[in-house]
Amino acid sequence: MKLDKQKLLQSIKDNANQIGRPLRLMELCGTHSQSIAQHGIKSLMPKNVKLVSGPGCPVCVTDQTDIDVMVGLALAGIPVAVYGDTMQVPGNLMSLEEAKRQGADVSIVYDITEAVAMSQEKRGLVFFGLGFETTTGMTAWAIQQGLIVYCAHKIFPPAMSALLANKKIKVGGFLNPGHVSSIIGTKVYEQFKIPQVVAGFDGEGILLAIEMLLTQILENKTIVQNAYTSLVKKDGNPKARKLISEVFEISDARWRGLGEIKKSGLKIRKKYKKQDAEFVYANLIKKIRKEIKPKLSACKCGLVLQGLIESKECPLFGKVCTLDNPQGACMVSVEGSCNVEYRYGK
Amino acid sequence: MCLAIPGKILKIKGETAEIDFNGIRKEVNIAMVDVAIGDFVMVHAGFAIEKMDMDLASEIQGYLDKK
Repeated sequence: MKLDKQKLLQSIKDNANQIGRPLRLMELCGTHSQSIAQHGIKSLMPKNVKLVSGPGCPVCVTDQTDIDVMVGLALAGIPVAVYGDTMQVPGNLMSLEEAKRQGADVSIVYDITEAVAMSQEKRGLVFFGLGFETTTGMTAWAIQQGLIVYCAHKIFPPAMSALLANKKIKVGGFLNPGHVSSIIGTKVYEQFKIPQVVAGFDGEGILLAIEMLLTQILENKTIVQNAYTSLVKKDGNPKARKLISEVFEISDARWRGLGEIKKSGLKIRKKYKKQDAEFVYANLIKKIRKEIKPKLSACKCGLVLQGLIESKECPLFGKVCTLDNPQGACMVSVEGSCNVEYRYGK
Repeated sequence: MCLAIPGKILKIKGETAEIDFNGIRKEVNIAMVDVAIGDFVMVHAGFAIEKMDMDLASEIQGYLDKK
């Protein structure tokens, strides 16, 4: 599909002019933040339209203690496998990369089937399961194949509720995630009374979604629209959701920056306890958690993740905290707000 | 993390399909989707997460034409 960029930009400009007041639109998906930066979309926005990043980078919202547990398991001699973007995330003690440098058996996998194959040789291997609905289905599949998982998976809509409940976060509309929505559908967003558009990932797709959001705001509507119809359906992917609910049940979860959000996480069902690291290594994990010493840091990831401050406003950004020496998760992941700002914002 | 790439299904064997990504062929897990040879799917981290429907893209075109 080819969209007319000039027409979209003109319409964005006209709508913003008519609205007049300053507006903040929040993209909820880290891959959107990356795409917005890559295509220079912020520079194309009218003066009164500001795009801010939300808590949509799963690596960034992973709680520090989950990193600590994985590091602890690895240092205790248990082989672990992780997606590459978690390697550099600083834990209270150290990152998984540092643990690997100290001789721990930490493997990077591109897809979870590699971890399943690896676990045949490395008995007791633990996979670090994290991410939103896009990645949860594959973890569920792997658990059914017998893979042991430490589960830090989260579900997206409760984070949206938490954001909306915080009155300090003044957002006029949400760009809803594309691939998360391909699993959960768009109907689930109707509970939120705020303009929302599910967006695709190319530049035109994002411009289209922004245009639709501004049109809604201008017309005083608060509906859910879908600008990614080639992939996202109203009911999402029921087969993937069935797989997820067979293996996982909803639990409370801690989010970096947002704290504990009720019913926002997933845990492995008792039926699969032999694949649940929390069961298999219960005593060890208990010991690791007890020994965690919270490290004081001036890192403002938590505020950045909620769109309360911009990366540049963090005292560490670009000075102490850089791509080579990340102090917080938002600088580690290529989809983290600080990482994106560091690479494209200069 | 949610970066995904569309591809076309060439062969299916059980839960695995051979997929063509613009000339590059790779095996992908299709346990989460109901698909047939010739379908387009969106692939994320080695798994097809959803079938694509190119016809529905025209709905968006309709929205724009009204502008």
